[in-house]
Amino acid sequence: MKLEELLAQKKSPILERWFQLLLETYPAETARFLKREENRFANPVGHTLYQGMQGIYEELLNGMASDKINVFLDPIVRVRAVQDFSPARAVAFIFFLKRAIREELAGEMREGQTALGDFLDLESRIDDLALYSFDLYMECRRKIYEIRVNEIKRRTSRLLQRTNLLAESPEPGPEQDGLRT
Amino acid sequence: MAFVPKPDELARIGHKPPRTGWMDTPVDFRRGTWCYAAKPKNLQALELPNPREWSPERADWKLPANWQEIILEGLRERLQRFRSLQIFMDICVRCGACADKCHYFIGSGDPKNMPVLRAELLRSVYRKNFTTAGKILGKMVGARDLSEDVLKEWFYYFFQCSECRRCSVFCPYGIDTAEITMIARELLNLVGCNIDWVAAPVANCFRTGNHLGLQPHAIKDMIEFAVEDIEKITGVKVEPTFNRKGAEILFVTPSGDLFADPGTYTLMGYLMLFHELGLDYTWSTYASDGGNFGLFTSHEMMKRLNAKIYAEARRLGVKWILGGECGHMWRVINQYMDTLNGPADFLEEPVSPITGTRFEHARTTKMVHITEFTADLIEQNKLNLAPERNEHCRVTFHDSCNPSRSMGLLEEPRYILKKVCRHFYEMPENTIREQTFCCGSGGGLNADENMEMRLRGGLPRANAVRYVHEKHGVNTLACICAIDRAALPPLMDYWVPGVEVSGVHELVGNALVMKGEKKRTSDLRGRPLPDPHTAFGGAIEE
Repeated sequence: MKLEELLAQKKSPILERWFQLLLETYPAETARFLKREENRFANPVGHTLYQGMQGIYEELLNGMASDKINVFLDPIVRVRAVQDFSPARAVAFIFFLKRAIREELAGEMREGQTALGDFLDLESRIDDLALYSFDLYMECRRKIYEIRVNEIKRRTSRLLQRTNLLAESPEPGPEQDGLRT
Repeated sequence: MAFVPKPDELARIGHKPPRTGWMDTPVDFRRGTWCYAAKPKNLQALELPNPREWSPERADWKLPANWQEIILEGLRERLQRFRSLQIFMDICVRCGACADKCHYFIGSGDPKNMPVLRAELLRSVYRKNFTTAGKILGKMVGARDLSEDVLKEWFYYFFQCSECRRCSVFCPYGIDTAEITMIARELLNLVGCNIDWVAAPVANCFRTGNHLGLQPHAIKDMIEFAVEDIEKITGVKVEPTFNRKGAEILFVTPSGDLFADPGTYTLMGYLMLFHELGLDYTWSTYASDGGNFGLFTSHEMMKRLNAKIYAEARRLGVKWILGGECGHMWRVINQYMDTLNGPADFLEEPVSPITGTRFEHARTTKMVHITEFTADLIEQNKLNLAPERNEHCRVTFHDSCNPSRSMGLLEEPRYILKKVCRHFYEMPENTIREQTFCCGSGGGLNADENMEMRLRGGLPRANAVRYVHEKHGVNTLACICAIDRAALPPLMDYWVPGVEVSGVHELVGNALVMKGEKKRTSDLRGRPLPDPHTAFGGAIEE
């Protein structure tokens, strides 16, 4: 049987295992909540993680276009980039997929049902996912610092302008009379 | 901020969190999650104890030698003073109803953000020192000594509670975890452990009347700046007055709306509305902030700051007070003012001079919320509105925690929004009204150094906004709180780009047709007005 077919067939147990491994990065009480609560508004993190993982898995089987992968990968990384994780621990969940697949397909692999080449190719694609995750993680962290800087600017610049401490050149354009935009 | 690990540390990345019990897991003060310590000058200005330079991330917090004694004595005194505290310490059966209701828990996944466990941080010390079972059986009954690690844990987690009170909605015993946080913060203040984001506004407010320490001329300048903008947009020159004795109404609003966008557009909305009504009102440059960070410090501090509003009302001889779009100001007014500084017998029961409506619910505080005032005007057809001027806004409403949960103000803002906008969509039921999710920055926690924590805490709110953004194309998040107007834009920037934050009275200002106005070509932000025929179609949607 081709590896792709096997992966499609075993989708459910592999996803469950992958999700479980991800949940183990949280304290036990939290993991229980993330798994149990089904309402997506009461449990946005659990919902985002699971939905994203499902999407990533599908994409992994169907060629992995980078724009599609990002749709599923971004929400997960965005959440983990603000949680209490080091950078490595934040994106490590991608490698858990390798472990989940190896565990779930152990029997088939031992019996030589899948070509080694196919399997190595799959692992390389998962490595690519990890690299995407790293890009996204860095983008999220950059965004946090940008937000901080913008917030400080917003607080002070208006104040200086309004107390007539600043007299900058007006913006060229139709609103020459100084109307704020 | 993450610290770069050394090579040998890289080789042993543990994926699982520590499995130690909560009592034995001390706090890791990771940057991005906590707020800077209160500066000594701000504690001195308020005569608060132990002013000194210190930082939460350093081992030595420079506590007084007898700090344990001070805290335990403070707790004993408060247990006697507040029956509610005694009950909240004893009554919790750890049913777990509150556990998954806190936005910080939902967003961070940190179990000590479960309200029950946050309260347990204090309860464990209470049990050890004030209950027989705790004294004898110790840890077996959830009791523990007050160590420095425990104090640090208090600081970390009680300045990680925005006092939003969502958890208390679900508690079968009605335990108000916000009040537990308030007491814990009072105790921390006894040994000089406050955050500067709270202490500085309190010190400024105490001296100058507002959070930033804006002096009277600066306040006047900034309001006049808004007056100029209004004239450019509408052709109408509004004429606010300042510190005017004998005015009928004193208007008090958060100072944040005077200088920080997008609050400034809400300020313009107020000025336009009052002008159009010909309201006999005055601004005060002394009672120049509705916000009261005293609420986040201690009962005494809350009382001190609240008093200025009433002292100014008395000095100016007004009949009653109209309050702007502020969050926690309304918790102070509605739940504490009467017994702190009230009843304000020298004022009159508020009556709208335009409609004659008597605001009976404000009989003792004499202070009316602006959305109550405006909803009444609209309901009695006193305003000429052109909602098509908000055609470009597809609006949802974020119930600010304090007006919704602490005063039940749920319908008025919605009523106004539906009259001044044509596209209004509710977020999912379990994220609005009494169950609203906090912006993640309330309780004095909207500093910038804890941005990561704010983004965690705001995740559940942003998640619900994203839903209506994707489903209905919502691009405007309306709110009635100045902290929301400061905190929600960064939250949207990170989680839901493409959604702007607006005060309700900014949208009122857009729609308000004023006598003698010129044809409007832009909204209050200076953005060109859309062609109503091409924007989103003409039907009013809900």
